[in-house]
Amino acid sequence: MRNPRNVALGIVLFVIIMGVWEAGVRLLAVPMFILPAPSAVFVALYRGVSSGLYITHLKITFIATVLGFALGSALAFALGIAIALNRTVEYYLYPYVVMFQSLPKIALAPLVVVWFGLGLPSKVINAALVAFFPLMVNTIVGLRSAEEDRVNLMRSLKAIEGQIFWMLRLPSALPFIMAGLEVAMVFALIGAIVAEFIGAEAGLGMLIQSMNFTMDVSGQFSVLLILSVVGLILNRAIVAIRRRVLFWDVSVKANSGAAPIKGESV
Amino acid sequence: MGQPAVIAAARERAAPAVIAVSHLTKRYDSGREAIVALENIDFAVGDGQFVAVVGPSGCGKSTLLKILAGLLPATQGEAVLRGTPIDGPRRDIGVVFQSPVLFPWRSVLDNVLLPVDVQSLGRERKIVTAMELLALVGLKGFERRYPWELSGGMQQRVAIIRSLIHDPALLLMDEPFGALDAMTRETMNLELQRIWMESRKTVLFITHSIPEAVFLADRVLVMTPRPGRIMDMLDIDIARPRTLDVMTTPEFGTCVKRIRACFNATGGIDG
Repeated sequence: MRNPRNVALGIVLFVIIMGVWEAGVRLLAVPMFILPAPSAVFVALYRGVSSGLYITHLKITFIATVLGFALGSALAFALGIAIALNRTVEYYLYPYVVMFQSLPKIALAPLVVVWFGLGLPSKVINAALVAFFPLMVNTIVGLRSAEEDRVNLMRSLKAIEGQIFWMLRLPSALPFIMAGLEVAMVFALIGAIVAEFIGAEAGLGMLIQSMNFTMDVSGQFSVLLILSVVGLILNRAIVAIRRRVLFWDVSVKANSGAAPIKGESV
Repeated sequence: MGQPAVIAAARERAAPAVIAVSHLTKRYDSGREAIVALENIDFAVGDGQFVAVVGPSGCGKSTLLKILAGLLPATQGEAVLRGTPIDGPRRDIGVVFQSPVLFPWRSVLDNVLLPVDVQSLGRERKIVTAMELLALVGLKGFERRYPWELSGGMQQRVAIIRSLIHDPALLLMDEPFGALDAMTRETMNLELQRIWMESRKTVLFITHSIPEAVFLADRVLVMTPRPGRIMDMLDIDIARPRTLDVMTTPEFGTCVKRIRACFNATGGIDG
């Protein structure tokens, strides 16, 4: 796919889209507070970055996202293992899991902000809450995915349950766990931003909100641009880890997508 | 041939037995009717003997193997391996399944060493054995590769030497070449004969291919389904090492015919 000709065509296409957008906005005299021209967005981006304003807020959102991701993933992993391996835990906890799964976790954000305030904790918890479910569900499915023949082989060697877990079930679950982490990373960013929308002292989400009040639409566009770049970088980081961990998984080599997740909602 | 005569012959010839199976029965109670998978199985395998169990699909031969591997409890009767009844998985048994069952995240060498890791037999010491076994099956130089880089035949060879690494007293093989193409299968039969002649393991080999059973075994047990029973037993007195040419000899043909007649009589034709 990536040969010089395609790269050139891609650049040409980008320039055309930007040109049409710029020309359209200018010719039709679209007001700045409805749709800014790309040039205005880049000016806003430059101003925001060079003044250090965006960087300050970006740091806050980034830290909240990463901490929320770590917290949510750790809990999801632990609870996923407990549910997958223990019938009693599954019996008592799984009904709640199913109930929560169909609930849009974002709807809890106002409560989280009320409970944990306008600082870092509420963002981290909200991010963790949203990131939690896809990974937990995938951990459960993954740990149960070990092929029966392989389990029989381990048993025939007189392996104890702990050995079967470490040598077979956990490695078998890794493709599912890595796919869960990939989704959890994106979800954590959404969770952090939403918490900042609801109420926060700082962060890119809060910045978007305050720009909205002042009708600084080109500013909002420039922050969205930053957010998509942050999301992309976080996702690429997980994909890189996944490639390394799952060097043996055929589906990773065939295509980098294919996350075994169905019906997950934020 | 009647059942009692078969049993008597088995007792007399198989001494000293590594494994003795007596009155082994397996019933599955599913709802209203019970399914009898195995009924009164009696046989013994002598030290270093290669015994094949041949039968059509669904005759209970895989159930028999699972019971002997300690993966499934018997309903009645028992199997005694080297003096102790089999009541669960044991360290002195090696199993080869129909598919290679290799772990893709382990290299070829690590796959071979899986029993060593599970049973804490000392990796350093066993690596030497593993390398020798890899050389024995022509996989020298492949130890750092991964299973998905190997052909089906090579994968099954890895599975076979994995079952030998912990030096088991009994090797159980459950249609190990069933998933391979005909050409590879013949090569693997020759290979297995060679490995067996070098290691002199006691082998119980399950298959639904009559020629494969006759080619490989010292003795063939013929199983028929519903309920799974041993109908006939015959010793194959063809000299070793056998080449693929023995398959065209009259001796070989006679054995194949006799086994097939057994299936025809019970209405189950396969292989």
